[in-house]
Amino acid sequence: MIELDRLSKRYGAVTAVDDVSVTIGKGEFFAVIGPSGSGKSTMLKMINRLIPWSAGSIRINGEDILRFRPEDLRRRMGYVIQSIGLFPHWTVERNVGTVLELLGWPRAKIRDRATELLGLLKLDPDRFRGKYPHQLSGGEQQRVGVARALAAGPDVLLMDEPFGALDPVTRSTLQTEIARIHRESGTTIIFVTHDMDEALKLASRVAILDHGRLVQTGTPLELLTAPATDFVRDFVGREDYGIKLLSVEAVASRLRAGEAVPGEPIAASASLREALSRMVTQGTDRLGVVDSDGRPLGALHLADLAR
Amino acid sequence: MLRNRVLLILIVAGLLASFGFAFVTHAPNRLVSGQPVSLIAAVDGTRLLALLPGVILLLGPFLPQRRTVHGVVAVSAMTFLVALWWLAGTSAASLAESASPAARTSLGAAFWMLFVCTALALIDAARRLGLSAAAGLLIGAAVGAAIALLGVSGALDQLSIVREYASQRDVFADAVTRHIVIVLAALVPTVILGVPLGILAHRRRRFAAGLFPILNIVQTIPSIALFGMLIAPLSGLATIFPGLAALGVSGIGLTPAIIALVLYSLLPIVRNMAEGLAGVPSAAIEAARGMGMSPRQVFWRVELPLALPVFLSGLRITVVQAVGLAAVAALIGAGGLGAIMFQGLFASALDLTLLGALPVILLAVMADAFLRLLTAYAERRPG
Repeated sequence: MIELDRLSKRYGAVTAVDDVSVTIGKGEFFAVIGPSGSGKSTMLKMINRLIPWSAGSIRINGEDILRFRPEDLRRRMGYVIQSIGLFPHWTVERNVGTVLELLGWPRAKIRDRATELLGLLKLDPDRFRGKYPHQLSGGEQQRVGVARALAAGPDVLLMDEPFGALDPVTRSTLQTEIARIHRESGTTIIFVTHDMDEALKLASRVAILDHGRLVQTGTPLELLTAPATDFVRDFVGREDYGIKLLSVEAVASRLRAGEAVPGEPIAASASLREALSRMVTQGTDRLGVVDSDGRPLGALHLADLAR
Repeated sequence: MLRNRVLLILIVAGLLASFGFAFVTHAPNRLVSGQPVSLIAAVDGTRLLALLPGVILLLGPFLPQRRTVHGVVAVSAMTFLVALWWLAGTSAASLAESASPAARTSLGAAFWMLFVCTALALIDAARRLGLSAAAGLLIGAAVGAAIALLGVSGALDQLSIVREYASQRDVFADAVTRHIVIVLAALVPTVILGVPLGILAHRRRRFAAGLFPILNIVQTIPSIALFGMLIAPLSGLATIFPGLAALGVSGIGLTPAIIALVLYSLLPIVRNMAEGLAGVPSAAIEAARGMGMSPRQVFWRVELPLALPVFLSGLRITVVQAVGLAAVAALIGAGGLGAIMFQGLFASALDLTLLGALPVILLAVMADAFLRLLTAYAERRPG
């Protein structure tokens, strides 16, 4: 559990982070979102003490993080940045093992762990371990970046606009991967982004920052249905508001149980937005719904989306 | 049809030189200037064969630019470089048969032009073949070894430069050692001083803003002037503190030479160290800190290795420059190959001058090649 308590950061007369208090629970996927200059990156970098703060405190599991050596603290937290920052003179394997090397793991164990992590990020270990960063595509590099951050099994994963520089297709794939990894590992993730769709797709809770102030914190659905201010409403999006609403609800919520529909079914865990998209492309007004094992559960009707 | 412009220009220059200038010159003794002997006159009988690789080179610019052609050009150039020495050596030998023992045969302008043009043709061919730094070094070493072998076999004995060497053998060996000692003695303090200064210049902008103008001004002082400027203060120091004089500090000799060389060498070392560090991607440094590396670990594991290639190219500039400047240091009594060079210069004995100058060039080229190899090794990343 991470608590930010009345945290502020001032640069001269400019207040980058202004009196922010928030508690992030264990295992949460917590997105911090806001326009450029809203202080979201600064807030993230204070959590691993890359930036010192001016006032307030940060506690992890109840302990003030100032009580740790910054290096020890950072080795317990994964850190992924937009510019990736792989070490160009090291192989993929050595990059992934960076923190383990710092922790003094034996070479053979580092190798095994790197193999495991490359597999987790869907990079063939035998093909990739000996490569250098410049031989990889942007998406592959960030997969290595994520693997490196996860190497020591961190309590918290800090991600600073990790997919912001990637093309839309690669970004979407990596979003799916990180959602899966979060589900499987239960690691707490604090994720900074300026992309509302990304936050809605991934986060269990979202905090909106504006000029360093925390404007609203809530689940994606809460932000959409009960925006605290006009700023939040604007930021969440006015035009495609309905579409965004659909994207935070699952097919299961509008299921008509027991009804059978022919044709390709959709998973109950998929978002209503995906379901709408499928209906439009397939030219149909109802889809069969199946559970994660492929067993039919019922049907989803177009009319129910507007309910 | 013309397919290799570079090679054609080199050939034209080589041909003009071989018809326009003397290949060797022959003089009754070492002080008077000699009679020119052209390449045509120097080559007769079986010696014509030695021109064969040169003739093959003539075809080079007009053949399709394939790897095999570049290979043939490279091998011909290598052979021709050795053949030129053999031609000059045997010409000198035949001229010596009908002359007094005091007579001298010196290498002429045509020889040097042909040698340089052929060497450039070899470099061009190696580049077109995409040869690595190591392969280039190996080729250079092979040509050098072949010429040295000619020397050992006695084929060059009648060339004036070799006769100068024969009469100065002991002096020559000492001079080479001394020259290398001067360069190394200057290099060690330069690196010990320059690396921390470079790191500091990278981290403190204001320090860099103060330091670089000073180092730049030092570079603009002519070397002879700098050597001269050091004589007065150093001999003054040695007079005031006899202890220093006992340590070998004096206005002339090794001390001012090393001080001047260090002053000149600092700029490339400091500048390249700072530039190398500035070129390290900031994302890598941020990631390194974020991973939990201590400042020391960030420096040794990330910054230094990534700055190394740029630093090494600064070291290369420094070494090459120091080898040349050390020759000038002979003027203030530091010794080395410069001493032989100036002795020849003051006695108007051109070949003695060359005996001093050629090894300086050779040393510089060898140091350059070696450090290029080291730089390439530090940069190596597959793909």
